[in-house]
Amino acid sequence: MSFTLEESPTTGDEVITNYTINFGPQHPAAHGVLRMVLELDGEIIERVDPHVGLLHRGTEKLIEHKTYLQALPYFDRLDYCSPLGMEHSYVLAVEKLLNVEVPLRGQYLRVLFAELTRICNHMLNMGSHVMDVGAMTPNLWLFEIREDCLNFFERASGARMHSAWFRPGGVHQDVPEKLLVDIGEWLDDRLPRLFEDAMSLVIDNRIFKQRNVDIAVVSKEDALAWGFSGPMIRAAGIPWDLRKSQPYDVYDRMDFEIPVGTNSDCYDRFMVRVEEVRQSARIMKQCLAQMPSGPVASTDPKVSPPKRAEMKQSMEALIHHFKLYTEGFHVPAGEVYVATESPKGEFGVYLVSDGSNKPYRCKIRPTAFSHLQAMDFMCKGHMLPDATAILGAIDVVFGECDR
Amino acid sequence: MSKVLHSAPRFASNEGVVEALTKALGTMLVAAEEQHGEVVLTIQRGEIANALRTLRDGHEYQQLMEIAGVDYPDRAERFEVVYMLLSVTKNHRLLVKVNAAENTPVPTVTTLWPNAGWLEREVFDLYGVIFEGNQDLRRILTDYGFEGHPFRKDFPLTGYVELRYSQEQQRVIYEPVKLNQDLRQFDFLSPWEGADYVLPGDEKAEGDKA
Repeated sequence: MSFTLEESPTTGDEVITNYTINFGPQHPAAHGVLRMVLELDGEIIERVDPHVGLLHRGTEKLIEHKTYLQALPYFDRLDYCSPLGMEHSYVLAVEKLLNVEVPLRGQYLRVLFAELTRICNHMLNMGSHVMDVGAMTPNLWLFEIREDCLNFFERASGARMHSAWFRPGGVHQDVPEKLLVDIGEWLDDRLPRLFEDAMSLVIDNRIFKQRNVDIAVVSKEDALAWGFSGPMIRAAGIPWDLRKSQPYDVYDRMDFEIPVGTNSDCYDRFMVRVEEVRQSARIMKQCLAQMPSGPVASTDPKVSPPKRAEMKQSMEALIHHFKLYTEGFHVPAGEVYVATESPKGEFGVYLVSDGSNKPYRCKIRPTAFSHLQAMDFMCKGHMLPDATAILGAIDVVFGECDR
Repeated sequence: MSKVLHSAPRFASNEGVVEALTKALGTMLVAAEEQHGEVVLTIQRGEIANALRTLRDGHEYQQLMEIAGVDYPDRAERFEVVYMLLSVTKNHRLLVKVNAAENTPVPTVTTLWPNAGWLEREVFDLYGVIFEGNQDLRRILTDYGFEGHPFRKDFPLTGYVELRYSQEQQRVIYEPVKLNQDLRQFDFLSPWEGADYVLPGDEKAEGDKA
C-alpha cells in the first residue's frame, strides 16, 4: 500500500487524510476472530467498526433441534474459557421452568466449580491482557494456575475444558473426596503463592500502568446505558454482582466482597478481576468447609437418571434411564430469562418451552456483545495501541460473542 | 404459583409490579402476566419505544440486557421481539414483548439505549424483523452477502449453501449443500403421549371411519 499526500489548494500544505486499517480477523491481540475496521487520524482512532460473527455456528438453532440434555454441551463451547459458567445459566433456566429442587450438595458443588471456573477464566484473561500490553512472564505464570484448574475439572468430569458436568437437577457425578482435599490444599498454598507472585510483577509495573491507567474511561451512566455487566460495570464504580443481588444456588450463604473500581479505566477492570480471584478463592474455601454429604442431583427420577447399580436391580430405573436418554424429559410450557454472573459478566439464557422435550427457542445473551459494541466510543480519541489494551480489558471470547 | 423449589437467581418480588405497570402503561399495554416467576408485558408495536421510555425513566429499568427474536410461524404476525430489562436499583427484571410480521417494522429503541443497535441488528439478521429508525441495520452474525434469515423455523438446519476453498480457483467458493447422508431428525416422543405424526398403517384406520 502506498499513500500519496494531497496538497491543499488554499495553503499549499500537505493534507493528511484519515485512513482505515483492518485489525484482524487473524491477529493475536484480537482474542479470536474479531475484525475491526479502524479509521485513523495519524495514530489516533477516530472510529471503530467491529465486525463479529466470523465464528457464528448457529448454536441457538442447533439447540432447537436437540433435547434439553443434548443441548447442554453446546454451552461449554460458547465461552470455552469458562465452560461451567455458561452451563450454570442454562441448567438454572431449565430448573426454573421445571421447578425442580437441587440437593444441597449439588448446589455447593456447582458454586465451588463455578468459582474455580472464574479463577480459570481470569487467569487466561489477565494473562493475555498483560501480554497484549507487552509483558510475557506473568502470562506464563498464570497459565500454571490455569493448568491446575483444568486438572481439577478433569478429575471431576473427565474433561479438561468441555466438562458438561452441570446437569438440570444437579451435577452429573459426585467428586472423589481426595479431589476436594486437593482443591483445599491448592487454595491454601499454591494458588496464593503463584498468583500473588505473578501479580507482584504486574500491578505496580510502570509500563503496565502507563498502558492502562486512564484508558477508556467509562462513566457510570454510560456503563448502564451500554448494558455493561460483570467486571466492566463494577470497574465503573457500580457495585452490581448477580451473585450478591440475585443469589442463585448457595451464593446467599457465602460471605464475600464485591470489588469496585474508582476510575473506570482499563487498569481498574484488571484490578477488579485480581480481587475477584481472591474472593473466588474465599468462596471456594467456604464451600469446602460447609459442603454437606448427600445426593448431588435431583432425586426426581423424571429429571435425573438413576444410578448404575440401581439399574441392574430395578426395572423402573431401567425404563427411566432409557426414556431420559432417548425422549428426554418434558419441560412445562412457558418462558424464562435466567442470568448468572459468569466470569465475564451477565450471561443470560432466554428459554421458551412449548411443553415438549426440545426447547422451542433458546436465546443466549452473550456478555461480549454489549461490551464490544461500546468499543467505538471507548476507543475514540485513543491511540492505536490502546485498542489492544481496551480489548484485553473487555475480556471477549468469540465462541460466546458469535454463538 | 406453587412453591419455589428451584435455585435460579432470586430477584426482588413481583408482587404488585403487574398492577403498577398496567396503570403506568395504560393503553400501550396489550397484555400483562406473571408466569414462572417472570413478569411478561406485551406492548402495542407502534408504542414500544414510548413504553420502554416510560419504564426506563419512570420505573427505574435502567438497563436493556437483551433483545430476542422468536418465530411462531402459525401466527398472523409470526415474530415476537422480546426486550429483557433490568433495574439495578429495584433489583428486578422484566420481559417486554411486541409482535411483528415480516412487513411491519418495529420502532427502534436505539434512541433510548445505544447498545440496542447491535441487538436489533441481530434480530434483523436472524429473523428479518425490520426496525424503523435504526440507522445501521446491517447483518451482523451471518456471512458477508448471506441471503435469508437463518433462525426462522422454516429455514433448514443445514442451510442452503456451503463454502470451501477451491484449489483450482485459489479462492473460497460457495456451493449448494450436498449431504452424503440425510440429516437424521430422531423423534423420540412417545406415540401414546400426544405425538402428532402418523405411524405407517394408521391412515387405514382413519379411512375406515370416514
